[in-house]
Amino acid sequence: MMIFFRYLLILIFLVPINSFALIEVDISRGNLAPLPIAVSPLSLDKESKNNLKKLLKKEDLGSEISIVVENNLKMSGLFNPLNKDSFLQKPDIAHLKPRFEDWALIKAQALITGKVTVIDEKLRVEFRLWDVLAAKEMMALAFTTVPSNWRRVGHIITDKIYERLTGEKGYFDTRIIYVAEEGPKTRRIKKLGIMDQDGFNTKYLTLGNELVLTPRFNPTNQMVTYLSYFRNLPRVYLLDIETGIQEVVGDFPGMTFAPRFSPDGKKIIMSFAKDGNSDIYTMDLENRIVERITNHPSIDTSPSYSPDGKYICFNSDRSGYQQIYIMKSDGSNVKRISFGKGLYGTPVWSPRGDLIAFTKLHKGKFYIGVMRTNGKGERLLTENFYQEAPSWSPNGRVLIFYRETKTDEKGEGFSAKLWSIDLTGYNERLVETETDASDPSWSSLLSN
Amino acid sequence: MTRNVIISSTFHLIIIFITAMSLPFLTKKPIDLPPIVSVELIQIKDITSIPFAPKAKKIIEEVKKKEKLVSEQAPPKVVKKEKPDAVPLPDEKIEKVKKIEDKKQNPEKIDNKVKQVSEFEKEELFDPNNIAALIDKSKEDVGETTDKPNKISQDQDRTVDNIGLSLSEEDALKAQIFGCWSIPLGLPYNENLLVRIKLKLKPDGSVIKSEILDHARMNKPGQGFYKVLAESALRAIQLCQPLRVPTTGYERWKDLQLNFDAREMLEG
Repeated sequence: MMIFFRYLLILIFLVPINSFALIEVDISRGNLAPLPIAVSPLSLDKESKNNLKKLLKKEDLGSEISIVVENNLKMSGLFNPLNKDSFLQKPDIAHLKPRFEDWALIKAQALITGKVTVIDEKLRVEFRLWDVLAAKEMMALAFTTVPSNWRRVGHIITDKIYERLTGEKGYFDTRIIYVAEEGPKTRRIKKLGIMDQDGFNTKYLTLGNELVLTPRFNPTNQMVTYLSYFRNLPRVYLLDIETGIQEVVGDFPGMTFAPRFSPDGKKIIMSFAKDGNSDIYTMDLENRIVERITNHPSIDTSPSYSPDGKYICFNSDRSGYQQIYIMKSDGSNVKRISFGKGLYGTPVWSPRGDLIAFTKLHKGKFYIGVMRTNGKGERLLTENFYQEAPSWSPNGRVLIFYRETKTDEKGEGFSAKLWSIDLTGYNERLVETETDASDPSWSSLLSN
Repeated sequence: MTRNVIISSTFHLIIIFITAMSLPFLTKKPIDLPPIVSVELIQIKDITSIPFAPKAKKIIEEVKKKEKLVSEQAPPKVVKKEKPDAVPLPDEKIEKVKKIEDKKQNPEKIDNKVKQVSEFEKEELFDPNNIAALIDKSKEDVGETTDKPNKISQDQDRTVDNIGLSLSEEDALKAQIFGCWSIPLGLPYNENLLVRIKLKLKPDGSVIKSEILDHARMNKPGQGFYKVLAESALRAIQLCQPLRVPTTGYERWKDLQLNFDAREMLEG
């Protein structure tokens, strides 16, 4: 018997087994078309509807919040919100349990549903993000706030959806500070303006009596630094947006300009010009100690910290032409990184740390571009008659800058507008402002 | 003792005999693999493209006539033999030649002629206005070749069982998924962005089961982007199904692994 089993074992090993190796197929390309997404209007019960009518004088806040979300997603260039007319399911039922076949039928790959209620004069907005193809819920959150904050709720919802679907933080619950401009080009009134990133809720922070330039947000809080003229001398100021208190940063005998915060918000880095020479200085905001970073007979200006605070990029004409340089934060190891044709200016380090945005002037045209921190991989994103001052969105995906138009023969037709462009260079959009605008600066996420 | 010796030697002899007899048999039968002959399988259509017999006969006659005409024109002796009345006028002659040339341009009838002329003449025969027709023809050819896998016999099927997808099969599948996969553009391009998904497929290409091979990575801290990428890959599979798989050889592709790699796209 044992012998039989032995033979049987040998036979099993000898008989060839018809096995198949697993076939592998490498998918290294995909489409970059915006993701089709259905943003269903948020449902609203009768009682909440009446309450909101009294509180905000809004007929259908659910729809309006969904429009905020939809516009944000559309502006990002990564999503394609589908036309609401094609939706087959009612918002309240869809929020309970979507009929995924209906949403797949209109080619939606993701679905957003939600519900708005008012409890004790507090607004409660809940939303759900659904994966239509996998027929499952991806995320569900609820926010409670004062009713007047409804637009912000829309932005926060968009941030959450954006992060869940793209893998990076959003940039929708943010604000933009800029120089609002009015009047003819020769007698321009310039004041500080602040608005939500989508152009709503504009407020003016200065009256326009003094010329203001280069406002920059503190990355950690709602503090702003900017340049204003005092007795015909440019001075760097600090302004707390929440309290409205402003102060001069130090008392320098010469001009101070191009201020910017350090990533931890504790220092200001700026240029200080004296006797025709400008160098880079930092000032500690706690003890007001000023430290000189560069010491060179050339013009060094537009400093910007790397997100870890270890390096600084700036522009200098020490090589004879205006180029971009990087150095350690103590001023050592200065290294030129831009070697292309033309002049380079306004370098800004990306919040992600991988790129430096800049303005380039070449053959009479202005370009907004990006390069890696070692100067390689230069990419020009947009070209125009005059444009400059790029500022990064907090997630390092989008740049906002301003663009001026030519005046005609009569000296008319001049305008300055804010524009945004993403890193692909394809999604270029005008950012609507009440007045002409220049020198934008993007805040960090407010909800952090 | 002697008995034992006899038995032993008898057995030894038997063994030697069997060995001597069987070894040549083994050596005589070497593994004789037939050379691989490539066979083009032509699809037999219901309607033949060969001209109807009487028409074909006519064409053959015309070809013969043309050959005759050339030979008649070549030797001067033939012209001498003809009666003055029967000699065609120069105009008529040209017309006759023209007629044949016209027929040459008929694509139905030109086929045989083209094969007979030299390479140099082939170039002359090429008609730029006829490119569209040529392209159409090439399309038909492609159509025929793509139909070929359907006609693979069982024996051949067995031979291809152990190999992967052919280049064209793989390309068709890739092209389909490229169109369905919306790459999340916010992913950090300097990370490992490879998602491996194992699929179990039905014969029609629809997905029975999909499994992310590095599933544990989805819930690791700091790997949130991997989850986003894996979900996008799963969406692409859902959106694309039924997958464009070969019509034959189900056994070899019923389990399939797709490796989604976003690095190339994100690095630009």
